[in-house]
Amino acid sequence: MNIFPTPFQTRRAFIGRVSQGVGGVALASLLEKGGASLFAAPALAGTRGVIHPLPLPQKVKRVIWLTMAGGPSQFETFDPKPKLAAMHGEAMPESFTRGQQLAQLQGQKLVCHGPQFPFAKFGENQTEISTLLPHIGSVVDDICLIRSMTTDAINHDPAHMFMNTGAQIAGRPSMGAWINYGLGSEAENLPGFVVMVTTGPGRSPQPIATRQWSSGFLPSKFQGVQLQSRGDAVHYLANPGRVSRAQQGADIGAINALNRQHDAFVADPEIATRIAQYELAFQMQASVPELTDLRGEDARTLALYGCTPGDGSFASNCLLARRLAERGVRFIQLYHRDWDHHSLLKEELPLRAKETDQASAALITDLKQRGMLDDTLVVWTGEFGRTPMSQGNKGPTGRDHHNKSMSMWLAGGGIRRGFVYGATDDLGYAATENICNVHDLHATMLHQLGIRHDAFSVKFQGLDAKLTGVEGASVIEGILA
Amino acid sequence: MSRRFVILLLPLLSFWPAFGADVHIPAQIEFNRDVRPILSDNCFSCHGPDAAHRKAKLRLDVREAALAKEAFLPGKPAESELIARIRSSDEDEIMPPPDSHKKLSARDKAVLARWIAQGAEYQNHWAYEPPVKALLPAGANPIDALIARRLTEVGMKPSPEADRRTLIRRLRSDLHGLPPTPAEVAAFENDRAPDAYTRLVERLLASPHYGERMALGWLDLVRFADTIGYHSDNPRNVWPYRDWVIASFNANKRFDRFTLEQIAGDLLPDASVETRVGSAFNRLLLSTEEGGAQPKDYEARMVADRVRAIGTAWLGQTTGCAQCHDHKFDPITQRDFYALGAFFTDVKEASVGRREEGMLVTTPEQDARLAQLDAAVTAARRAVADRGGEIDVAQTEWETESGGATQGAPRDVATALKKEKATRTAKEKSAVRDHFRTQVSTVARAELDALAAAERTRKEFADSLLHCLVTEALPASQRRTVRLLPRGNWMDESGEVMKPAVPGYLPQPRLDGREPTRLDLARWLVSRENPLTARAFVNRLWKQFFGTALSRVPSDLGAQGETPLNGPLLDWLTCEFMDRGWDVKHVVRTMVASATYRQISLAPPAQLAADADNREFARQGRFRVEAELVRDAALAAGGLLSPHIGGPSVKPYQPARYWEMLNFPARDYATEQGEAQYRRGLYVWWQRSFLHPSLLAFDAPNREECVAERNRSNLPQQALVLLNDPTYVEAARGLATRILAEGAGTTEARLTFAWSRALQRAPRAAEARIATALLDAHLRAYRADVPAVDALLATGDSPVPVGLDREARAELAAWTHVARVLLNLHEFITRD
Repeated sequence: MNIFPTPFQTRRAFIGRVSQGVGGVALASLLEKGGASLFAAPALAGTRGVIHPLPLPQKVKRVIWLTMAGGPSQFETFDPKPKLAAMHGEAMPESFTRGQQLAQLQGQKLVCHGPQFPFAKFGENQTEISTLLPHIGSVVDDICLIRSMTTDAINHDPAHMFMNTGAQIAGRPSMGAWINYGLGSEAENLPGFVVMVTTGPGRSPQPIATRQWSSGFLPSKFQGVQLQSRGDAVHYLANPGRVSRAQQGADIGAINALNRQHDAFVADPEIATRIAQYELAFQMQASVPELTDLRGEDARTLALYGCTPGDGSFASNCLLARRLAERGVRFIQLYHRDWDHHSLLKEELPLRAKETDQASAALITDLKQRGMLDDTLVVWTGEFGRTPMSQGNKGPTGRDHHNKSMSMWLAGGGIRRGFVYGATDDLGYAATENICNVHDLHATMLHQLGIRHDAFSVKFQGLDAKLTGVEGASVIEGILA
Repeated sequence: MSRRFVILLLPLLSFWPAFGADVHIPAQIEFNRDVRPILSDNCFSCHGPDAAHRKAKLRLDVREAALAKEAFLPGKPAESELIARIRSSDEDEIMPPPDSHKKLSARDKAVLARWIAQGAEYQNHWAYEPPVKALLPAGANPIDALIARRLTEVGMKPSPEADRRTLIRRLRSDLHGLPPTPAEVAAFENDRAPDAYTRLVERLLASPHYGERMALGWLDLVRFADTIGYHSDNPRNVWPYRDWVIASFNANKRFDRFTLEQIAGDLLPDASVETRVGSAFNRLLLSTEEGGAQPKDYEARMVADRVRAIGTAWLGQTTGCAQCHDHKFDPITQRDFYALGAFFTDVKEASVGRREEGMLVTTPEQDARLAQLDAAVTAARRAVADRGGEIDVAQTEWETESGGATQGAPRDVATALKKEKATRTAKEKSAVRDHFRTQVSTVARAELDALAAAERTRKEFADSLLHCLVTEALPASQRRTVRLLPRGNWMDESGEVMKPAVPGYLPQPRLDGREPTRLDLARWLVSRENPLTARAFVNRLWKQFFGTALSRVPSDLGAQGETPLNGPLLDWLTCEFMDRGWDVKHVVRTMVASATYRQISLAPPAQLAADADNREFARQGRFRVEAELVRDAALAAGGLLSPHIGGPSVKPYQPARYWEMLNFPARDYATEQGEAQYRRGLYVWWQRSFLHPSLLAFDAPNREECVAERNRSNLPQQALVLLNDPTYVEAARGLATRILAEGAGTTEARLTFAWSRALQRAPRAAEARIATALLDAHLRAYRADVPAVDALLATGDSPVPVGLDREARAELAAWTHVARVLLNLHEFITRD
């Protein structure tokens, strides 16, 4: 006999109550008053967002964003530059660099540095990609490569902030928060925005900060929740000591029963939400370990990604991303750190490439074979690009930060497949053809999700704050199928 | 967006008034209350203060300008262009235009039409007008009188006074951030003297916990944190500033003085260690050590950061937009923004790189001790100098005798000794001399040892002293320049060099042609003529004591904020605050003394329907307490809370590897041992990029930006924290230990004790039944499972009572669950 009965109501019953009972009045009236009042809105999983109906056809339901943190060099990955190779070792023509922002090359001699690894042609359209990325090469017909991306920031911290929040001032919501706010979440027992981080072994990678997945001025329930690969997957997920699930259930049952008793006296709509949150927490305690346990995946899938259950690798996280996508999580962000190759470019970059190439491609293949690539947007990008000039003041040669040109790719619903968009000048210094920026990338992502970026705003500090900023952004029409 | 969501909900809410012509429109339109929000939301973006983005050269925020362009004809809505445009169905004609994605409701249109019909009168923006102190009948509590006046207008009635238990819980929470003890509750409940409430308030105001509670909100406003924020997010020395804030509130430092010390504590005629610590305010912004960061870039970020801070913390103005262009809604221009920034060009601060150690922060006793130690060192030096000749002779002899045999000497000394005396560098000479004197000499050994000891003692003492980043003014020749940055672009150096000036739309300081300083800025902020600072302060204070601010958005008293529903009340409090010499405790006392404050928070259904958000204050507010106070309440109930005030920030239990993504350098988290583990939440180490996850879960801001209002969310992560964070499990164990030690023998008596510790009331019969059933179930399980008992009781560092037998330990484990349930209750973390 189970001595720990869990006598609480189902969560559905409470959600019903919140939207129809006194809670509904408060919620509706809070929302009616605009942004500031939203702070008090009850949190519910599996809810609709504020945009309803969607103004545009929804091409994708979710986003998987692969952040190559540190800023991978485009010249060793996606942007072959024969002219740069030919000028290797020569002075960088001043016409390119005069009056431009430099990071660690300030005051240094600027020298051309050709691609360090050969490129090869992949796919039907014979797209040139570094031979370090053969797996991505093998799915190149499913992706859209952009070689003309630019960003505003040139140091890691502001560049991550800009890529994630569309602003270089702290306190703005990240894109995953915006999207969950706008569209709601289809995940029943999981947060709608999940973040996972891995680090290349051995070196000293650039730090990243929780503000990169913060909800900013949006309600806290939209913030990204980090899934750890070691210890508790979510903070405080495990019961203390050896408290069993039945014991935990009994305590939560008692908490909710007592809260319900109290509600009879005080009629506080927050209590219904509180009860729902305890039930959700209890369910997460079961659903998250089930989610992160890869042992149920078949051998073929594990081999496709190149991971073993419990190895905490980027490959495991790619597989987890697919599992999160299957469970309705709206925005899934993976970080793989240690792409900041000021030095040791030739030695270190191939290691990062090897750690990510197979799994990134496997994610595309796996989503495709499960029919999910059509309603998922996959994005692969760093926070900025790197210079065509060498950097030699930090040890063996590398490249400095660069914001005038970077390469990235997208794949999935409504995105052109096997297509290369935009180009840089002969030396790869600046994007010259179909120049686009981070705001445009955000606008395009929102567009694919069915959201008009220029109409998606929240009042904050007297401004209609938008993910895509105040200066205007454009959907990158040229990459849409 | 939000409006659309409301419409979506409409079918669910039969009693929700639909938008439309039938919605009540005031008979007499008031521009600030009724019209300005509509124009600001929908029109000012293109027809407002921002000249660069103004369309058709029409501005609607100034009546004369609107009339000059014939936007409307006062008294004649039917002939007014504005009305024709908003009612048009022609896509090219209609305002706001379709591509703005803004839409006027039927009510908005009706309000505008009535406003024009009534003459289209404007009012200056309420918050820029001098506050007016309402004349009130003698004897009445002014707050209650002004609330009553408004309630009569809107046809509502105030609520009755709450019971004593609720009142003391509320006061303790609002004034101390802590729950009352059962004995305090009982004493107050039994105190039948007519001044019982007043005496309680005075007792609480006199406690040093008052300063801790008041500091919470201020530390958010000024973005106080232990780390620099950007990139490496390394530590910096600023915690003495936190203690300065606490001490200032406890001493009831006048708010004008509190302001001067923060912005210009270094420039005051009576500047002291204390005022300089206050000036740490200027150093609380974000900074970076990132390699490759451009100084000019960060210089520009710092200027903007400081301007935003003054805007949020003092003026209640959102200035951020004006970094790139004139504000679209408020009269603040881009020039105003950079001119305000120019006040801070003298603040000595590296734009990139490690922060300095900071100023030595000492007490007079420490100063005296330091002087004493300095004197001892001087005396010891003199004693050595008296025998200097002898020692030097002995050294020469030793060098000759040893002939370069340098066994035991450090390498640099050995190297030096191998060289001819004449060829040694100054550094080498000094190394040899020091070595001889400290290690070798037998001449004057006592004097030399005494000197070494005196120097060591002084250094040890000096190293134990505190440092704090403070403001140090640069001489005029070294000040930075601030240029107006076109579109906020720091690489564009074409903009004009700005001189310090206060925003042009506000009353100006009298300077007699002199260039104003930071001290002038501070004085201007708290001058009687400044209509904003006092308003912003009392508005936030009202939120602390009633749950909702009088003007809804505490960070924005501008056009996009909210005209207060009860303007006379906000004005009265503003005037009273200044009239009474910026006396913070006086305003606090006035608020908590009011009958309005003492109302119950329970709303009858009719009142809830009429005023769901409690904008009229016909009842008290009800809200979950701040993140730090959640922690404090649990530690207090568990008997673990340290009452110690101030000191270095502390590191309580935190999930392993939470800081693993920090780098330059990588960092270990050294969990506190002993009492430091149980300090109040406001002393927890504030790591901006990775704030403690339990604080984050309860909406503590990471303090990268100034925050005037926290989120109040209700999330599953909060349940996980209260259930599973070792701090809370240990607090539950602490409470269980007390239940068993102090509660009388029966389960019933123990439950009564438990409820009184946690909730300051007795359990209801149904509650006792639930708790008893839970206790029995856990007890049965733990009697059969000793390892499970051991594992649960091992949570947390505090000792488990010794000498408990197996049954007693099983009981303690079972009661830990009951205590845990109590610490997880909504009521436990709710201030009502």
